[in-house]
Amino acid sequence: MQRLPGIAVSPGVAIGEALVLDHEGIRIPRRFLARGATEAELARLDRAIADATAEVEHNRERIAEQLGSDYGAIFSAHVQMLNDPRLRQELEELIRERHYSPEYSVSRVLRRYAKVFQALESDHLAERASDIFDIERRLLKHLLGERRGEIAHLDRQAIVLSRELTPSETANMNPEFVQAFATEIGGPGSHTAIVAEGLGIPAVVGLGPFVSEVSGGETVIIDGDAGVVIIQPDEETLARYRSIIEDQKSASVELAKLGDLPAVTTDGVTIQILGNIEFPSEIPLCLERGAVGIGLYRTEFLYLKGDTEPNEVEHYAAYKEVAEALGDKPVVMRTVDLGADKLSMLPQPEDERNPFLGLRSIRLALKYLDMFRTQLRAILRVSAEGNVRIMFPLISNLIELRRAKMVLADAMEDLQEEGIAFNRNIQVGMMVEVPSAVIMLDQFVQEVDFFSIGTNDLVQYTLAVDRSNKDVAALYTSADPAVLRLIKISLDVAKAHDKPISLCGQMSGAPIYTMLLLGLGLRAFSVTAAAIPEIKQVIRAVSIAHCEQVAQRALKLESARDVKTYLREELSRVAPDIVI
Amino acid sequence: MDALTVTRTVTVQHAQGLHARPAELIAKQALKFLAEIELGHERHRVDCKSILNILTLGATQGTVLVLTARGEDAEQAVEALARLVESDFPEQAPLTEKIQQPENAR
Repeated sequence: MQRLPGIAVSPGVAIGEALVLDHEGIRIPRRFLARGATEAELARLDRAIADATAEVEHNRERIAEQLGSDYGAIFSAHVQMLNDPRLRQELEELIRERHYSPEYSVSRVLRRYAKVFQALESDHLAERASDIFDIERRLLKHLLGERRGEIAHLDRQAIVLSRELTPSETANMNPEFVQAFATEIGGPGSHTAIVAEGLGIPAVVGLGPFVSEVSGGETVIIDGDAGVVIIQPDEETLARYRSIIEDQKSASVELAKLGDLPAVTTDGVTIQILGNIEFPSEIPLCLERGAVGIGLYRTEFLYLKGDTEPNEVEHYAAYKEVAEALGDKPVVMRTVDLGADKLSMLPQPEDERNPFLGLRSIRLALKYLDMFRTQLRAILRVSAEGNVRIMFPLISNLIELRRAKMVLADAMEDLQEEGIAFNRNIQVGMMVEVPSAVIMLDQFVQEVDFFSIGTNDLVQYTLAVDRSNKDVAALYTSADPAVLRLIKISLDVAKAHDKPISLCGQMSGAPIYTMLLLGLGLRAFSVTAAAIPEIKQVIRAVSIAHCEQVAQRALKLESARDVKTYLREELSRVAPDIVI
Repeated sequence: MDALTVTRTVTVQHAQGLHARPAELIAKQALKFLAEIELGHERHRVDCKSILNILTLGATQGTVLVLTARGEDAEQAVEALARLVESDFPEQAPLTEKIQQPENAR
């Protein structure tokens, strides 16, 4: 049994068989063969070698035709390597004597060669290691038949273990088959984490190198609540986790009963619950659970799914799907909120030593105006057909906001000239997630129709902590008194000027903060579908009067730890069955 | 064993040493003979019919290697292979190594 600590990013617990993806995204299969399968597996190996050889031959001929026979020479070396008699012999030994699978044997033998090459003194010869990796990939491709994308086509339940998963890979996961996943890299704010939570797939990230220790088919436990992965658990651990899963099932059945009951406090104040989504597919669950609209629609996936910039048609198609799924319910579409480092189609910034302080989000949009305009046009076009609002992220000063609004006004003018319909009175809002915006909020009030507090970034910028850096991650907490004060300022200013304000960071989906936020004056919670039932449960169990007392007391505490302890205590009194 | 054993010392001449293309040609040539053929130095002797094994030698220009063949056609094998190892592998084009495979193999 092996217990690996990581970062919990999506709650829930799962026990299942490991599906392991290597660094190239190729599935690493079972290490050992079934009894009596040796001959069939050897035949499969020979077929893979023959197919890979034919493929390389084909490449060689094509290149030789185009560029001359000299250029095909490296392929001819590859053919020789694939058919190396020693290689074949070594593979056969592992398959026959150690009962290793052909895939595992191929990786093992070829990686050993690669290691030898890498250690050679001559750089030129050491580079041959890349030929070996190429051959390994090729053979594995033929042995496995499939490559990446496999997660999207799973036909039985599995727990996915991988070095990393892209947001779109995560988004393509079918929660019916992907029971949970764990990755070596990644942090709590990553899109992968956000998507996992949206889909309700338990996930742990940031585990550090571990994938090579696991082989396909092994039993794994993912504890997305505690942020732990357990490889080959012992019987006792398994039994304990099985009972945890049972408990969670019955708790979620209870929560599901809340259905679309209104989110009203015991003293009769109605609270708005809005959904946070990344994909249109998340909308039905949000509505089923009683969301009155979408408070945050993240548009980043459009930019992350390919190597080319999405065009207006693609933007429009995605936004239209969202607007249609919502009918007349409102949706806040947030413009692109990514760093240049994440966008392969843009030139990479030269001095990006601190991506979170660099060219990202609205700053990026204002630098690449064409890209920004494309997105704004698409949102505007959809505004003619649905209850669409627009929101700018990471606004840190007034000029920035005005420039963004100017681009929007330009886009409107263009559409007008082209005779394309849009809502001229579309509501425009901004994220409150940079401390400077909080401090100057009374100036912003005149310029926007609504605010949304983004606690994830607000916490990071207020406390100067990168939460994906495990050495300092512990400093990152929404409970820090400085953060609470900034939230209070924001809510107070918005209220004084009668501007709608919601909170869409992960803080709003964590039940421990619900009473505090209600007490501070928050009346609109924007959360993932997964978090709605619990938040609603708390809201329905408390009175505003009591929450105000809780908030006042919390604001007087001097450390995040004290705040958390106190809030936990208060919550356990009103909703004892919620596990934090 | 009464099989014929022939040994000869050879020096690598090619400027870039025994990299992929020369190793391929040597292995190919060796495979034409029935004899067991080894190439290497005292610490490390490898199967001359295996391109992968030849590459592990990391032989650069000027490296001295021992060629040993055991079997009926040992004489011819050593003769042919010694000539090859000490040649400049004229078929070798200088650009070949730089070509990236166009097809995405991942």
